Amino acid sequence: MAVSETVAATPPAATPTPPAPSRRRRGRNAAYWLYLLPGAVLFLLVIGAPLVGTLYLSLTKWSGIGDPRWVGLDNYQQLLQDDVFWASFRNTVWMLVAMVVVPTVLGLLLAAVLFDVIGRRFKPRTAAALRAAFYLPQVLPVVVAGIVWGWILRPDGAFNSLLDAVGLGALRHDWLGDPGTALPAVMAVMIWVQIGYPVVVFMAALQRVDPELYEAAEVDGANWLHRFRAITLPQIRPETFVVALTCTIAALKVFGPIFALTRGGPDNATNVPSYFAYYTFFKKLQVGYGSAISMVLTLIIVVVAGIFIWMQARSERRDRGF
Amino acid sequence: MAVTLTPSTAPVTPARPVRDRHHRGVSRWVVLALVTLGALVMLVPFAFMLLNAFKSPGDYSSGGPLSWPTEFYTKGLRTYWTEVNFPLKFWNSAIIAGSVAVLGVAVSLLNAYALGIGRVRGRLWIVGLFLLANMLPQEALIYPLYYVAKQVGLYNTQLSVIIIFTVIQSAFGTYLLASVMGTFPRSLLEAAALDGAGKWTVLWRVVFPNLRPTLAVLLIFFFIWTWNEFLIPLVMLIDNQTQTIPVALASLQGDRLMDAPTTNAGALISLVPAILFFLIFQRTLARGITAGAEK
Repeated sequence: MAVSETVAATPPAATPTPPAPSRRRRGRNAAYWLYLLPGAVLFLLVIGAPLVGTLYLSLTKWSGIGDPRWVGLDNYQQLLQDDVFWASFRNTVWMLVAMVVVPTVLGLLLAAVLFDVIGRRFKPRTAAALRAAFYLPQVLPVVVAGIVWGWILRPDGAFNSLLDAVGLGALRHDWLGDPGTALPAVMAVMIWVQIGYPVVVFMAALQRVDPELYEAAEVDGANWLHRFRAITLPQIRPETFVVALTCTIAALKVFGPIFALTRGGPDNATNVPSYFAYYTFFKKLQVGYGSAISMVLTLIIVVVAGIFIWMQARSERRDRGF
Repeated sequence: MAVTLTPSTAPVTPARPVRDRHHRGVSRWVVLALVTLGALVMLVPFAFMLLNAFKSPGDYSSGGPLSWPTEFYTKGLRTYWTEVNFPLKFWNSAIIAGSVAVLGVAVSLLNAYALGIGRVRGRLWIVGLFLLANMLPQEALIYPLYYVAKQVGLYNTQLSVIIIFTVIQSAFGTYLLASVMGTFPRSLLEAAALDGAGKWTVLWRVVFPNLRPTLAVLLIFFFIWTWNEFLIPLVMLIDNQTQTIPVALASLQGDRLMDAPTTNAGALISLVPAILFFLIFQRTLARGITAGAEK
């Protein structure tokens, strides 16, 4: 995909160093700042200033009316002792499993099978139709998906009726209402929502791989699994990085499906930081505390993204070294 | 690279490939069956939606979610259409997503021109900042935005959502276009400069036409992403006149009006524009992606 293409090309360090710029040249480049001006002003207004605002509010107590009262790091101290806060981050780890680990692994396998087996030993149209089926949930607004699944998993919903119909009526359950099954149920929905994205990106990536590599390996007697490990995986590593990074960020920020499926319930069993922050801001009207939750989440996302980008740069450097 | 490992892990015996191919003749059908089964499981919720969107409430309560509808009942669809005023919600979603797509691409283009082609000082840091901004959780921005919007009278207007998403989406667009423009052929730019073209002319006459496929893909992404956004519209748009499709559907959740058939009808209607849009632009997307890969 175009996205991954460019990510891989980010560090423009490889471009030949231009001749030392004369004063005139530098003056000419400075005129480009003008083009950055509208974007920079908008950026400061919509992202820079509000972010600083949230940071400030996280050091205050405020209900949204009157003046915020400065309390220093009290909110953060309170967070450390808040069971809901810890529960929400524990659930985030499970969201990472459902939105990153499972979709990336399954997506790699599916893309390889669709491309390598079905696309080549059957008609390419068969592979395209199957890919579309896996991608369809990605087209659905995620909140709409949440509402439909909320109905399917209700005690009187379609899933329990399906269990009855196949003779497993004993397993009937209030899937989203029981704290024991709510999180696995939400995770299953998220896998369903997410799986199409890696499949499509990885299939696009595989078209970039030289078919001769596969043919040569086949002549050498390598079976499908060997080819998958020796060719597919290393060849599409840049795309794998991008998918893992974007899915990780999405999992850390997940809000809409939780809002539509469970509102964090029952008993915080499916609460996540972003829903917890929203609820604290707009339902409990504890703006300072909500800001502190948001800042912790922001910090985690920045650190995780930094680690990813660092790892990607390192692996690219290593590739070039060989 | 790892490819060289292949011979050592797979010792070649002359008889093996023949048997392998023979064996594969059956196994490929097994693989096809398994993947098709997986694809069907993915489609089950959509089937549920279709099955129940055209069922009358009485039919639903007597037959349950799996029964075949006894009549083709469209009142659920009509109730949802009129009660929610779906055409207005559709218009709201379209105007917001459409404006954001166009404005977001325009801002990205200007930013990226300065960063990728102008190569202004500190561009790596600026690009990194934009990328980071796109990853921020919206909760870290929402309260100040909500508060200020209320102060300046932009609360509950589409304009507020359009401005916010133009910036958020263009943060990603800037990152993407800046690296695409970083590889733009310098010879083209220099030739235009020799012809006496100013920066503005170069942007519109040289850079823009060359980047059109990438810009088209970006436009479509921005549209779909904004169409599906939830948190910021949920906070900013509070009444029937301004809400988008996802917010309208979510705010009806648990409402007396929303029995199971109406919920499914509503979800089905909300799904249709997204699918149509996807089908219409699928070719553009595929073209843009290949164009990007060929560069």
